[in-house]
Amino acid sequence: MARLSYLKALQRALADEMARDETVCVLGEDIGIGVNNVTTGLLARHGPGRVVDTPLSEQAFTSFATGAALAGQRPVIEFQIPSLLFLVFEQIANQAHKFSLMTGGQAKVPVTYFVPGSGSRSGWAGQHSDHPYGLFAHVGVKTVVPATPEDAYGLFLTAIRDDDPVVLFAPAGSLGVRADVDMDSLGPVPLGVGRVHRAGTDVTVVAVGHLVQAALDVAEQLADQISVEVFDPRTLYPFDWAGLAASVNRTGRLVVVDDSNRMCGIGGEILAVAAEEMRLTVPPRRVTRPDGAVLPFARELDLAVQPQRDQLLTAVQEVYKAGH
Amino acid sequence: MSTDEDLYWSMRLIRRFEERAIELVHRGEIVGGIHPYIGQEAIAAGVCAALRDDDVITSTHRGHGHVLAKGADPVRMLAELTGRATGLNKGRGGSMHAADFGKGIYGANGIVGAGGAIATGAAWAAVKAGSDRVAVSFFGDGAVNQGVLLETFNLAALWRLPVLFVCENNGYATTLTVAQAVAGSITARAEAFGIPAETVDGTDARAVLAAATRAVERGRAGGGPSFLECTAYRFDAHHTWEHKARVRYRTDEEVAAGRARDPLDVQAVHLAEGARAEIDAQVEAVLAEAVAFALDSPPPDPAGALDHLYATGLRGRNGTGLYEGVR
Repeated sequence: MARLSYLKALQRALADEMARDETVCVLGEDIGIGVNNVTTGLLARHGPGRVVDTPLSEQAFTSFATGAALAGQRPVIEFQIPSLLFLVFEQIANQAHKFSLMTGGQAKVPVTYFVPGSGSRSGWAGQHSDHPYGLFAHVGVKTVVPATPEDAYGLFLTAIRDDDPVVLFAPAGSLGVRADVDMDSLGPVPLGVGRVHRAGTDVTVVAVGHLVQAALDVAEQLADQISVEVFDPRTLYPFDWAGLAASVNRTGRLVVVDDSNRMCGIGGEILAVAAEEMRLTVPPRRVTRPDGAVLPFARELDLAVQPQRDQLLTAVQEVYKAGH
Repeated sequence: MSTDEDLYWSMRLIRRFEERAIELVHRGEIVGGIHPYIGQEAIAAGVCAALRDDDVITSTHRGHGHVLAKGADPVRMLAELTGRATGLNKGRGGSMHAADFGKGIYGANGIVGAGGAIATGAAWAAVKAGSDRVAVSFFGDGAVNQGVLLETFNLAALWRLPVLFVCENNGYATTLTVAQAVAGSITARAEAFGIPAETVDGTDARAVLAAATRAVERGRAGGGPSFLECTAYRFDAHHTWEHKARVRYRTDEEVAAGRARDPLDVQAVHLAEGARAEIDAQVEAVLAEAVAFALDSPPPDPAGALDHLYATGLRGRNGTGLYEGVR
């Protein structure tokens, strides 16, 4: 066993794929130096033909990657800021994602877009702290939010190998997570397969990204009163509905904790599907950012807008009580 | 056929394809309408005559001319416009997304200026693969005010990529004139990035071919990108909805003057006696077959409406929402 950090896992996945497949190339801002510590060392190893430091032209280099992918490359793009995905939404949602269908299956666009440090990084304020994964799930772009080092490695690998565009969010709150990992067991993790981090019988908590850790803490804190099952979907699109149903049909109670805005957020979709198709015994709950939230700067305000551990704890307790 | 005959053949094919397509729009056989390319045929024909089969193009919402000139089958192209299973894109793309990857046609595109970066990325991939393929991005005068295209000029010049930017200046972005829309000049945008730019008469196929050949040779030799502004006049509507809507943004006198210089007549001067009539007859036969094939072809099966959504074959839930068995 070895100690592996989430950030190191991302770094290793990209390095391994570049070594394995020479059509894999990486584009982005300041990636030669590796300011986000994911692309560290790749420029020296593979040269500027495969590790491309781009000017600050996100829209152009995002569609540039689409063109390269259509012509046989397998580009990976690093975005330093989650909100840059708003800037390139046209290039991903309206161009890259639509090529396969619009061409009747003639074309594929194997591009991976990843954000090392999505959501709040504390003190980065309104335009650097979003978590727009729900937008991509909504339009049908494959969307991945790993919560652990093993999953960061495995899902990044799978995203790069996938023949469709995939967006990978690496939450800022997860980058420092470390785990004891058997390095030989690291490997691809399939899209659309969730993971139960902690088994329980009373309440299912669906937690996205860094909130998996918060959910595990709450589960531990409530352990002598309520048996909480923590379900990590790992990929938001495609979503592991069958995996979630297996859990919810057992517990009958559901709480979702999701660090994105409430209105039309992924949490709402999860509750809707559970209400339509699963055996809930009490009304489900969500803990999210508020409607239409813009993350304010001051630390107290920033934290006040993100889902809180005590909010989750209260929601779990209320859902549990509602059934008794 | 001689080069002059090839150019005329290509232009005549585009002209009659568009005219037959407009008839089919009016008959309700092509739904959604089209953006006719009539008047600009010499640009697509001239540029594509400078290209090889394995070169790449990206096209525009007014894309039929480029797709045909680059070698797509007009029969399957018309079947695409009529939304048939036998179309180039199996009826999934239509007029604005027609593509034929086997011919290097990376598709018409519904967003103005969007193809530039895609073509430039394809050119980069060609260089990486050690090939001397080039890529061409066609766009209109409206696109020169799109930020992403200007960003792309920078990338192409910075990395000396074998891409040719072809701006078809037909005088109008839908109804907005170039004078109303463009500060500075169109070629100066390219020159600002150090991209060699020239303006050619886009109604003269020989002139377009000569300029495109110079640019393509420069690209293949590692000389980087080039920019061609090709001037022409759009004979017909921005889109066939104008045939009903009767919007007025051009005077009759202006349209008549624009149509007076017909690129097909300009090219026909270079043909041998009798060659024009012979080519015209051949093109009529091709289009008669295309129309018959399109109208006889079956529509796609609605059960497969979202086939090809993912290259991996992933299926989402249907609209009534059952997740069972879709993993």
